[in-house]
Amino acid sequence: MSIELIIGLGIPIVLIIVGRVIGARIERAHFENIAEREARFRNQPALSTKQLVPPVSIRSTELATGSVVVSVDHFKRFIGGWRMFFGGEVRSYSTLIERGRREAVLRMKESHPDADAYINTRLETSTIASATGNEGMGTIEVLAYGTAVHYDRAP
Amino acid sequence: MILTNIESVPGRQIVQHFGLVQGSTIRAKHFGRDFAAGLKNIVGGELKGYTELLQESRAEATSRMIEQATSLGANAVVNVRFTTSSVAQGASEILAYGTAVRVE
Repeated sequence: MSIELIIGLGIPIVLIIVGRVIGARIERAHFENIAEREARFRNQPALSTKQLVPPVSIRSTELATGSVVVSVDHFKRFIGGWRMFFGGEVRSYSTLIERGRREAVLRMKESHPDADAYINTRLETSTIASATGNEGMGTIEVLAYGTAVHYDRAP
Repeated sequence: MILTNIESVPGRQIVQHFGLVQGSTIRAKHFGRDFAAGLKNIVGGELKGYTELLQESRAEATSRMIEQATSLGANAVVNVRFTTSSVAQGASEILAYGTAVRVE
């Protein structure tokens, strides 16, 4: 076997295995971290509506934003690549989207942690292309933004 | 300057409209960040360099929008929207726009 063949096949396989092992661990830790932080904001909901029901008197408002860039690991990219050949649901990418969206909403809340609610919350997703022009490399940016409102509490 | 992404400023009356204001910026990733992101890509997860880059760009676009609104004599921008579009390989445009208004 030539040395070129070993390098040519060996490096991608090693990267896929490294991605599988470390990537899964990082992802699990991230989801645990997200769940823990979400619990803290349980009483400060992010709403997609513009009005609060029932109507509440509002003292002040601020624009809140939160964003994150996340990417999949090499293993999932490899599996996703095969899926794109045969068609069908690309399940290996769905956790990526979920991670990005939940993290972005959390960062939006954390930017104004004292707010009572976040109304008209919008989510925007865009793909990031690498400088070499390789699109669809499984990297997305998620932006969450909304209006943080403070209720007018009777003294 | 008050910013909201709903049509009004809750609890305050809009007294004057100034129309659309916008701010945008086009940013390219630099080589160092792209290289670090390439390594991080192997195991997946957050690419902090890109997150920061896009946050800085969005802050810049927002401040340009606010500048435009201030020059018109507005004290609030309502219905703010953000969009991202890629202009070229590795460069993206971030746009912030809204309606400049004067509130009581």
